[in-house]
Amino acid sequence: MHEMSLAENVLQIIEEAAYHQSFTRVKTVWLEIGQLTCVEPEALRFCFDVVMHGSVAQHARLEIIGIPGLGWCKTCMQEVPMATLYAVCSQCGNFELEVLCGDTLRVKELEVE
Amino acid sequence: MCTTCGCGHGLIQIDGKRLQHSRKPAGAIRYRMPANLPRQTSLKASADYPVHKPDLIDFGSGAAQAHASGMSQARMVKIERDILAKNNLHAEANRCYLTERGIFALNLVSSPGSGKTTLLVQTIAALREEQRMYVIEGDQQTENDAARIRACGISALQINTGKGCHLDAYMVSQGIQRLAVREDSVLFIENVGNLVCPAGFDLGEAHKVVILSVTEGEDKPLKYPDMFRAADLLLLNKCDLLPYLTFDPELAINYACRINPSLRVIQLSALRGEGMSEWIDWIKVGYHQVVTSKKKIENSQHHVD
Ligand SMILES: Nc1nc2c(ncn2[C@@H]2O[C@H](COP(=O)(O)OP(=O)(O)O)[C@@H](O)[C@H]2O)c(=O)[nH]1
Ligand SMILES: [Mg+2]
Ligand SMILES: [Zn+2]
Ligand SMILES: [Zn+2]
Ligand SMILES: [Zn+2]
Ligand SMILES: [Zn+2]
Repeated sequence: MHEMSLAENVLQIIEEAAYHQSFTRVKTVWLEIGQLTCVEPEALRFCFDVVMHGSVAQHARLEIIGIPGLGWCKTCMQEVPMATLYAVCSQCGNFELEVLCGDTLRVKELEVE
Repeated sequence: MCTTCGCGHGLIQIDGKRLQHSRKPAGAIRYRMPANLPRQTSLKASADYPVHKPDLIDFGSGAAQAHASGMSQARMVKIERDILAKNNLHAEANRCYLTERGIFALNLVSSPGSGKTTLLVQTIAALREEQRMYVIEGDQQTENDAARIRACGISALQINTGKGCHLDAYMVSQGIQRLAVREDSVLFIENVGNLVCPAGFDLGEAHKVVILSVTEGEDKPLKYPDMFRAADLLLLNKCDLLPYLTFDPELAINYACRINPSLRVIQLSALRGEGMSEWIDWIKVGYHQVVTSKKKIENSQHHVD
């Protein structure tokens, strides 16, 4: 259960922020999840609730910001959309796309009190 | 606190000693998923982490957290932190440590049963006369695989991840210390059988090697693209079974190279030995590269002195 360890990492980041920025309750968590990461948002939601239980972020709302995949085609010298890691260039069919965007997994922002 | 990333990991002790300084014989390290424990344990500030058994490292406690009373109002806090940043810090520390010592580390990943342990046993048999080797075995449960390796006369450490489905860089750093891995050696890390998340957890290895067996279906690379993208070498195993199957190796390799055009592929049979020499040669080349970079580092440090 990959999403479980990701949720654990999210909690660690939140707990560190709580310590340094002195807050005791987290109301909302914004996570940025790239389309090209192998994260299942629904599985992550489930793990999020389980892992946050009893922490500063218990009952926090999870907002997922999806980042669409974007690649660079060396042949066409241009940016092309990339829905999967094995996507081919929509212009020329080349499959050696370089990932520009959409492989990030970040805790972006918190609403706290 | 851990000096690498400031996490609580560094506080873990075994028999009252920090792991880094202990000279305990290699035993199993067992990890517990923090999620199994009541979350309150992570909120309790404590200077020490509990050690219930000498061979158990308890990862149940997270960062110390008790604090801050006082009134506060809702506000926004910008974080912008990579969820895998901590693992990546530990992985980089491992990578430096390994490179400086001429240790060539390989992270073997695959679904369960594709033949990782069989491959290791045969690899050790082929290299043992000329090469110092160590093995870290990751499995959710049992010490069976480490026992299979030890039977070959090689030091092996078993890490049991419990419910965890992958090894992380911190576990591996502890494994390296426990095994007391010596300079100029090859370290094989057999990851937990899982084609999903080991792709996201850098261990500080020189290369990820993905093993796909011909009994698994040609489209595995398309179904698990992250793993095939993260790997530098694909070993297509159990090729001795090809005459009995409809598996098309060309198609599987084609799919894999679509995901990762620079992927090197070796077809072999760990059981029968075909193709093993190509794999052994690949290890030797990689090992010599690591030893060469170690010498370069040593020389540059001499010039600084
Ligand atoms: N026919 C055949 N069987 C193999 C080969 N390599 C491994 N196996 C078998 O596959 C099963 C699982 O192997 P194991 O090494 O435990 O896989 P692991 O879970 O990846 O470590 C065992 O029954 C092995 O004997 C091979 O090259 N050919
Ligand atoms: Mg095994
Ligand atoms: Zn193109
Ligand atoms: Zn650390
Ligand atoms: Zn850490
Ligand atoms: Zn995992």
